[in-house]
Amino acid sequence: MTLLMAENIKAYYFTRMGTIRAVDGVSLGVDKGMVLGVIGESGCGKSTFINTLMMNIRSPLRFIEGRVELDGLVISEMSREQLKKDIWGKLVALVPQSALNALMPTMKIRDFIVDAVRQHQDLPKEEIVGMARRRFEELNLPSDTLNLYPHELSGGMRQRAVIAIATLLNPKLLLADEVTSALDVSTQKQVLNLLADLRKRRIIDSVVYVSHDIAVVRQVADKMAVMYAGKVVEVAPTEDMIAKPLHPYTTALVNSVLTLEPEVRKRELSYLPGEPPSLINPPRGCRFHPRCSFAKEKCETEEPPLVEVSEKRLVSCHLF
Amino acid sequence: MSYLLDVRYVTKVYTAGLLSRERITAVNNVNFKLNSGEIISIVGESGSGKTTLAKIILRLLPPTSGSVYFEGKDVWSIKRREELRQYWRQVHGIFQDPYASFNPMFKVRRILYQALSLLDENERGDPEGLVREALKSVGLQPDALDKYPHELSGGMRQRIMVARCFMLRPKLVIADEPTSMIDASTRAGILKLFTKLREENNTSIIFITHDLGLAYYVSDRILIMYKGEIVEERTPDELLEKVEHPYTKRLLSDVPFLYRKWS
Repeated sequence: MTLLMAENIKAYYFTRMGTIRAVDGVSLGVDKGMVLGVIGESGCGKSTFINTLMMNIRSPLRFIEGRVELDGLVISEMSREQLKKDIWGKLVALVPQSALNALMPTMKIRDFIVDAVRQHQDLPKEEIVGMARRRFEELNLPSDTLNLYPHELSGGMRQRAVIAIATLLNPKLLLADEVTSALDVSTQKQVLNLLADLRKRRIIDSVVYVSHDIAVVRQVADKMAVMYAGKVVEVAPTEDMIAKPLHPYTTALVNSVLTLEPEVRKRELSYLPGEPPSLINPPRGCRFHPRCSFAKEKCETEEPPLVEVSEKRLVSCHLF
Repeated sequence: MSYLLDVRYVTKVYTAGLLSRERITAVNNVNFKLNSGEIISIVGESGSGKTTLAKIILRLLPPTSGSVYFEGKDVWSIKRREELRQYWRQVHGIFQDPYASFNPMFKVRRILYQALSLLDENERGDPEGLVREALKSVGLQPDALDKYPHELSGGMRQRIMVARCFMLRPKLVIADEPTSMIDASTRAGILKLFTKLREENNTSIIFITHDLGLAYYVSDRILIMYKGEIVEERTPDELLEKVEHPYTKRLLSDVPFLYRKWS
């Protein structure tokens, strides 16, 4: 069963420098109960993409075209007011990249929670605090955290608190944007364990996990999608993608990962020449062709469509 | 045999506060030695004292106690400017954000020419030639010389920093998180420059990093730093087979793998 379906989404930033085509025709689906990992490097549009999945569009970003359907509702046609009232927090919640700074420094966590929940649902203060306390206890987070100010918490604790708060109203889908990237490995694992716990307890159903770190994503994701220059270039079940990446960009990414594994230490590290393209003026044809060692004439002129090459495997590359 | 670098009982205590005088021991009794041509990594999480240690070795920050010997000489006994110039020529630092190391108003050419002032006069024969040669070594085109730092990507800026090493040919490079702001797909290109530096000049390198995977890939030896102390010292192979300190054990159980999923 599909929980979220994004079809041919385009979202551009309109700036004085030009139009930044951050998400340029992306289609992806998330099944119920699934964790989708979205991999990409800085500036590939992955943060913009995850925001468009919940239609969190704010100037200078504009939703150009496409359709987002969440749990049977076409949210791409809803107004911001309606999204705020009926969708955000309840059906879908976002933990943004800057979540470590998302809490108000001058507010105790409990007051922040009351404010946050009241954006979506009008409940008495005591009820909200009680809900938060029970949830923190259920997730084994110290409930006296609620009476503290953000600066009194460690980075990892703050991140876990933000996730617990974002999921307080039991959204079906959690969108997590680089939620572990600023944390050391042990705290990182605690955050990942919290996400697993939220799913096990059926507080949330599905997760879209966006990160640049393949080794982290592969630990949590059932399916992975790789983004490059505003497009999805490959989609595959996690194990297949790690064992046998198809797109030359995915191959380079997988072969550049440094982990504590003998097979990694033995191999020659691969790296890509040049830099990712500007999204104001992306290359014609395949956007990866200037950095691709397999590029043919066709790649410079013709954009490869994302096609199914074997079961559950999609690739956008003329090689396949 | 004498070591290239010999760090002996180095401790750094910071005092904070006007009245209460809170004391924080950032580096606690650190000892290690480094041979010529050796690559080691000092791995620790933020606040473990690894950057403080790097600054002490670079003679940028005095230790509270202990000594740093470079080629048998106590570097904190250096007083004369000329001797200091020699030291910084031999021991070169590369930092996380190369943007912060550059004067934003200077073009790349001027940034590289500045480094030439660390060379002896008779070595500077053809400065433009030296600068262009160094750029070539790090895989950049000569047109980069006429650019400002903000016109370059993070990866290119870091390459410029490494280009300085190719000009100066220091005996020791201390690289503090040199790739943590660079995307994985371009990172390997930078790491290869460091290994090339060692191959061509027998340069010793100390990587200061939080990334155990990086340390495992590039180093001959790995030093694990925790709360200001070196708690474990291992070769990459030993790291997977036998570690003793509880902190290292926890670290190893928490790092994500590419080819294995956590149970």
